[in-house]
Amino acid sequence: MITELGHFALVLALGVALLQSTLPLIGAQKGWTGWMALAGTAAKVQLLLVGFAFAALMHAFVTSDFSLKLVVENSHTLKPLLYKISGVWGNHEGSLLLWSLILALFGALVAWFGGNLPDRLRARVLSVQGMIGVAFLLFMLLTSNPFLRLAIPPLNGNDLNPLLQDPGLAFHPPFLYLGYVGMSMPFAFAVAALIEGRVDAAWGRWVRPWTLAAWLFLTLGIGLGSWWAYYELGWGGFWFWDPVENASFMPWLIGAALLHSAIVVEKRESLKAWTILLAILAFGFSLIGTFLVRSGVITSVHAFANDPDRGVFILMIVGLFMGGALTLFAARAGAMEGKGVFSTVSRESGLVLNNLLLTVSCFVVFIGTIWPLIAEIVWGRTLSVGAPFFNAAFTPFMVVIALALPIGGLIPWKRGQLRRALWTMRGGLVLALALGALVWAMQNGRSALGPIGVTLAVWVGAGVIVDLWLRTGRGALGDRLGRLRRLPRADWGKALGHAGFAVTVFGISAVTSWQVEDIRVLREGEGYDLGAYHVTLEGVREGQGSNYLTTIADMRVDRDGRFVTRLHPEKRIYPIAGMPTTEAGIDHGWLRDIYLVIGDPQDGGGYAVRGYLKPFANWIWGGALIMALGGIVSLTDRRHRVAAGAARTAAKGVPAE
Amino acid sequence: MIRALLLSLLLAGPAFAVQPDEILSDPALEARARAISQGLRCPVCRNENIDDSNAGIARDLRLLVRERLVAGDTDQEALDFIVGRYGEYVLLSPPAKGTTLILWAAGPLLLLAGGGMAVAFLRRRRPAVEELTEEERARLDTLLKD
Repeated sequence: MITELGHFALVLALGVALLQSTLPLIGAQKGWTGWMALAGTAAKVQLLLVGFAFAALMHAFVTSDFSLKLVVENSHTLKPLLYKISGVWGNHEGSLLLWSLILALFGALVAWFGGNLPDRLRARVLSVQGMIGVAFLLFMLLTSNPFLRLAIPPLNGNDLNPLLQDPGLAFHPPFLYLGYVGMSMPFAFAVAALIEGRVDAAWGRWVRPWTLAAWLFLTLGIGLGSWWAYYELGWGGFWFWDPVENASFMPWLIGAALLHSAIVVEKRESLKAWTILLAILAFGFSLIGTFLVRSGVITSVHAFANDPDRGVFILMIVGLFMGGALTLFAARAGAMEGKGVFSTVSRESGLVLNNLLLTVSCFVVFIGTIWPLIAEIVWGRTLSVGAPFFNAAFTPFMVVIALALPIGGLIPWKRGQLRRALWTMRGGLVLALALGALVWAMQNGRSALGPIGVTLAVWVGAGVIVDLWLRTGRGALGDRLGRLRRLPRADWGKALGHAGFAVTVFGISAVTSWQVEDIRVLREGEGYDLGAYHVTLEGVREGQGSNYLTTIADMRVDRDGRFVTRLHPEKRIYPIAGMPTTEAGIDHGWLRDIYLVIGDPQDGGGYAVRGYLKPFANWIWGGALIMALGGIVSLTDRRHRVAAGAARTAAKGVPAE
Repeated sequence: MIRALLLSLLLAGPAFAVQPDEILSDPALEARARAISQGLRCPVCRNENIDDSNAGIARDLRLLVRERLVAGDTDQEALDFIVGRYGEYVLLSPPAKGTTLILWAAGPLLLLAGGGMAVAFLRRRRPAVEELTEEERARLDTLLKD
């Protein structure tokens, strides 16, 4: 019964979304306040309805209602409760429902907290949100209905993919979707502004917090996914340039560009048309990402051709929204004349460079991701584009960004002098080069990535410190420290965001160039040296979890004869899903992770054992966390608070049900 | 009984990535084999190189690479041998020649085009404000010092 009500609520939500997408738009055009006010009510009702549908689906999962096809395919009675809940979005249909729920949530947030928006703008923004809602609700109801029943319910389900039964991955999709769908907010604002034909500083002030919120959720989502891959897949890889990863990385890159260009709109009333275009593209890449992941087109063109319904539908959504928005852009962008003037060397120019690099690097990821598709369709060639391509073609952009960042961040608005900024940064430059050279000498002849990474990270980090220090003005040390504490939150947000970038750059280059790996056969009781550590396989035993069987190794780690830790890597098998997983034993540390994996028993006795020392691995995700923290701190800035109470609430934590 | 069955399943589970018995005794050769493996795609996996993959065919390919290296092939010869058998599909980084040149050139070309547009835009935006004269600058400095 609850299931049917949930299904019905979804259909009602579609009806409400249809109203929300049309009437307020007409109202805004004609100046009818009643019709415009309808938008807010509709948005709240939509949240209620989609929320009910989502709760109904969750109810079916938690109570293991095996008359529901989706529950059968993705759940099992023995599965722990957490994964029964996360199973709701661990599949195509459920994840779309989550997508729609978050969309409805963002719409309702505008309705609740958008009181200080001009009526017309709010009505138009909500109506664009309504259109997106219509598209996705239709998509769900027509091709991917989560509420389909089975005529003959089985006794039990097929279990969720064991790789997904992990706390890291349970919360990865909600964060990612908050980011993806969050990009619909700048998009809606951009389209509304194009309809209105006006973009001003107030518009920039409104768009920036929404973009910031979406971007910080994307950062957390991507970081969580990468961290999960690191400890779950069994060899400590953290980024694979998989199409699915790229799908989330592209909107992140464009979102980062948008974040910076919106500052120029807000502070200098310049780069307006470009910012509008970025807002459209950021959501466009979110949609393209959804298409790549959901249509199966990346796995193989044939898989797509065999079951084209879903893929073609999302492609139509992408075409409709991007086509419509870009046409509107072409027609109206000319009217967005910027006011502020600036010279070639200025903060504005620095941000233009930032935008150029981020956008082109996103394009490189995009073309690399879809190239196999193009090659197959155009030339009938099946080829692969993987990590080596992206590492070679993408990394240089990040290097240039890191090089330019401290200088760009120091140059004043309107006009500045390159020489002066360089002179201010002389200490940082010397320090960065010296540390890079030191590392180069110490590691004698290994990959150049390590020293380059250290140099860049120190350079960016020094830039952050110099920038903060200069913001405190002149005077005695005590005064300056006091002023440092009272700096606007947005300044701290900038500092944290850039510092996080430096930390991640350092972590990635450190772990890539200095990792120690060892693969060998080990009998119980035997030990070996892994770098400065001594690892002993004390024993191997069998165990049982709620829905899996496991082989657990007890491994002792010593250093210089002193006990360090005892790790318990596991090899699990999930009999219902028929899948094995590896659970690495990891000792996390500031300077290094000890990463142990137990493998198969060998014919001649003993077990295959893999050991890694991963220097500074945690800095990769630590940096992502710091970046996201920068976003949160910036969102709490008083200047945003006036305009963007909504985003602030969102940042505090939308329940990741 | 079921448990015994499952345990046998467990024992027969897929091997993971590089196995101890595959590793060559010559560390230099082994390092080369690892580097080559990281550029080769496991044909049955989704975007996984043969060095990381658990699949049986990935193991076959890893052994094949090592066999070629031991036989005295250069890295390129070993790669060509594998590509000759399994097709260009196994190369994770398609060589920059023929139509694939477009893929490699796309980023730099767009950067040039975008950079050109940005420079044109910045030139147009340049303010018509004159530089401060020496006199004004001196006056400004005294004002700032106070």
